Amino acid sequence: MKILGRRIGRGGGASGQVAKERLRLVLAHDRTSISPALLEILKDEIIAVISRHVAIAADEVDVSFSQSARESRLVADIPLVSRSKRRTR
Amino acid sequence: MAARVLTVTSGKGGVGKTTLTANLGVALAMQGQRVVVIDADVGLRNLDVMLGLENRIVYDLVDVVEGRCRLRQAMVRDKRLSELYLLPAAQTRDKTSVQPDDMVRICDQLREHHDYILIDSPAGIEQGFRYAIAPSTGILIVTNPEVSAVRDADRVIGIVEAEEKGPPRLVINRLRPQLVKRGEMLSVADVVELLAIDLIGVVPEDQAVLFSANRGQPLAFAKDSSQAGQSFHNIARRILGKDVPFMPIREPGMLQRILGIVGLGEDG
Repeated sequence: MKILGRRIGRGGGASGQVAKERLRLVLAHDRTSISPALLEILKDEIIAVISRHVAIAADEVDVSFSQSARESRLVADIPLVSRSKRRTR
Repeated sequence: MAARVLTVTSGKGGVGKTTLTANLGVALAMQGQRVVVIDADVGLRNLDVMLGLENRIVYDLVDVVEGRCRLRQAMVRDKRLSELYLLPAAQTRDKTSVQPDDMVRICDQLREHHDYILIDSPAGIEQGFRYAIAPSTGILIVTNPEVSAVRDADRVIGIVEAEEKGPPRLVINRLRPQLVKRGEMLSVADVVELLAIDLIGVVPEDQAVLFSANRGQPLAFAKDSSQAGQSFHNIARRILGKDVPFMPIREPGMLQRILGIVGLGEDG
């Protein structure tokens, strides 16, 4: 029933899904009192600290929230630059 | 038996706390429980008009707190049910007139002679909300399937969990099934997933709620005449520990209405 409803709704703009996605983000920020701006600062500092020791692909670093039930966690996805790539630089 | 103290709260105003408190009070009393409903919204009282008891108030909560009357003198008995009492809020005072300890003391006095004490919390997360949850042994969070109401509910859930009041339970009020079907409203599953607490009831949008408020005659008195009235009774039965399946949320067409009533009869 729900899947059917979403399909029908998609044509008309399905604002319910938009509400859900927006709430997901808002609640993650509310629960942790980490604003999007603070998240950016954290990301920059994480990049700075890790780059001091290992080579990372700074442009591809992703720092975000993950939610399971009422637990929030900060997830940092930091791609390392492989040795072969470093040599070719 | 010591009474259970349930606080109905929401964060956001206007989502249906007072309507839910009035109807749960009636539904629990109809199911043989000895019930007191307390209006904790000092300064903006409304539980009295929802219950149609506004003309019978002599003393109020603040009179009790400040010692101008005994607790029993302030309690208004609902003549339609033998075991439903209202402790009204003061209308001409503000929320600084009541402290959390006052609510704890009042509920302690009521515990012996009643089975359920329902507290209608004011909106917000300030002092009024704090004293409304102080004596509670369980908390019902009311929300509407809307962004602002869900967000505020989440804030309240966070505070309640920090206070270790036991896991709060969720009531989703004013659901409009036809909008959910079209994808234009958060579904029950969406709200439960976002807030991540246990669901205890879903009340569909129902114009009968307005009509009953107009009359001061809570819908729960005529439980089978409306979907919302049935929902309130189902919540009351879940509070009493009964395993009541959730009604299929449908448009209130005639066939569905009959199916709903049959469903209600079967699991009784």
